[in-house]
Amino acid sequence: MSAKRAERLVNLVFALLGTRQYVTAERIRSIVPGYEPADGTDRADEAFKRMFERDKADLRELGVPLETGRTSVFDTEDGYRIARSEYELPEITLTGDEAAAVGLALRLWQSAQLGWAAQGALVKLRAAGVDVDGAGTLPLQPRLDGGEPAFDACYTAARDRRLLTFTYARPDEDTGVKRRVQPWGVVSWHGRWYLVGHDLDRDAPRVFRLSRISGTPRASGPPDAFTPPADLDLAAVVARQVGRPEQVVVLTARPGTAVGLRRRATDLGPDDAGDDRLELRTTEPWALADEIAAHGPDVLVESPPELRAAVLERLTRLAAS
Amino acid sequence: MSAPTDRMTRLLALVPYLEARPGGVLMADAARDFGVGEAQLRRDLELLWVCGLPGHGPGDLVDLSFEGDRVRVTDTAGLVRPLRLATDEAVALVVALRALLELPGLAETDAVSRALLKVSAAAGEPADLAGAVTVSIDAREQTLAVVRQALQAHRALHLHYYVPSRDERTERTVDPMRLLLVDGHWYLEAWCRRVEGTRLFRLDRIDDLTVLDEPSAPPEQATPRDLDDGLYQPAEDQPRVRLRLDRSARWVADYFPVEDVVPVDDPPGGLSVAVRTGDPGWARRLVASLGGAARVEDPLGLADEVRAAARAALARYSD
Repeated sequence: MSAKRAERLVNLVFALLGTRQYVTAERIRSIVPGYEPADGTDRADEAFKRMFERDKADLRELGVPLETGRTSVFDTEDGYRIARSEYELPEITLTGDEAAAVGLALRLWQSAQLGWAAQGALVKLRAAGVDVDGAGTLPLQPRLDGGEPAFDACYTAARDRRLLTFTYARPDEDTGVKRRVQPWGVVSWHGRWYLVGHDLDRDAPRVFRLSRISGTPRASGPPDAFTPPADLDLAAVVARQVGRPEQVVVLTARPGTAVGLRRRATDLGPDDAGDDRLELRTTEPWALADEIAAHGPDVLVESPPELRAAVLERLTRLAAS
Repeated sequence: MSAPTDRMTRLLALVPYLEARPGGVLMADAARDFGVGEAQLRRDLELLWVCGLPGHGPGDLVDLSFEGDRVRVTDTAGLVRPLRLATDEAVALVVALRALLELPGLAETDAVSRALLKVSAAAGEPADLAGAVTVSIDAREQTLAVVRQALQAHRALHLHYYVPSRDERTERTVDPMRLLLVDGHWYLEAWCRRVEGTRLFRLDRIDDLTVLDEPSAPPEQATPRDLDDGLYQPAEDQPRVRLRLDRSARWVADYFPVEDVVPVDDPPGGLSVAVRTGDPGWARRLVASLGGAARVEDPLGLADEVRAAARAALARYSD
């Protein structure tokens, strides 16, 4: 933004914040420096109109509550003002430990999706007199994954409650399928970003990994087009969808091997061959099959048969490769 | 979303910021608080100096006074409070505080919930939209609490650490430096006395953790790692392993730092990639865990090992 434009916008805020009366566009043109002055030509009027329209849009984008109306019934056109009570951040006082918590929380967004918004919030809280320590004295550094190109479009559509259309590909597919979704929200669940919403074509709630969305999702239609379910717990929806029912698995492992598996297993004692029988629980049998296959002859599956078959299938492919 | 409005946010916040600090502020401190350089801050203040109420006569304009490196506002021209939080700002703040609240083992939970109440009240309506984003972090209560205790008391730690790349349990004494939460996982960054280097320990791989009586004393050469380069930083002098990935194993290229990525037609939609590793066991495990969805192109000896291990396992099943 050019310095000239920034100066004009700041002056516009001063002018409209300093009055209870509605100020007409023509009056604003004469009292706020930087606008194309009236010289009787349509060209100058047009230039002013364009400039003023853009400035109004910019202020609204910033969150400035610009009101339109007429001070008296005799006014012939609408004017503008900013109500101080709507503009100003309400009084907020934080104790030292509360301010430290805010500083720590905002670091979560550092170089992540809402980082710029977090910085804006930080600036405003400091301007309200709160001493938020951004660098932090705690030896604690939270951080979210920053690289998720679909985040902005998904977040904005969920915030505005607009219909979202995107192409979604499962990892084993080359071309994705078009999905039309009412986005309820985005969730970072154990380090991965998901979109939760109502899938219109399947007429059911669905969970989508953001990293599997190809291209930029497109929002369409009016805002506030739907209402997410009341008492919606996004993290719980993702947890249900991602986490499947738990299975009990029994393995045998050669003594001294499978250190990682043993960390999550109960030792059932040795079998006849002198191997250790281990029992463990899993919600992700395919990932466990991958892990077991990687142990080669050191770890065998005793039960359930589905897992045993899955491991045998992997070993057969590896043996033939 | 970029931030074309950054400067406007700052300009509108600067006067109230100075008004809230009547004793004045050092230019360097103000620049740091606004996340800009001192030169930019000076330009912002110069711009504000010519702004104010219509008429723009004396008494209408913002007035600042500079005493050495210290700046003070003497006339606010009516701009005494910052602008309300924009929707996205309120969302960023409320979501982050809620995420912290979910983390047990944080001694400050009470402060977080008090801050959350106050911030939500000040933010007003936009805070209600925070439901559009949720951050849920995997918390390891016990280990996290012990690590935090050691950091606060500046004590060394004794622990067993599971190294997945070698499927090995190791025993170490470490000097804790800081806790990190990266992409949903907690890490302890510490000086490891055994390897004499700074290491990251993922909390869910730590067992049998004890706080020692002796103080934590990381040596001078123990420096925190710059996370902007990612968690994995393979050394360039490590040997390369070249893999051919099936479509279903292409995630490997996103997950690990790889070089020389070449799309291939056999298998259809596949990728040929090179990974650097000092640990041949890690590469063998990775390929075997991919269950045939990746083939070793080079070195061939590694391919033979994977095949032999699979055949030996099949032989045991058919016994």
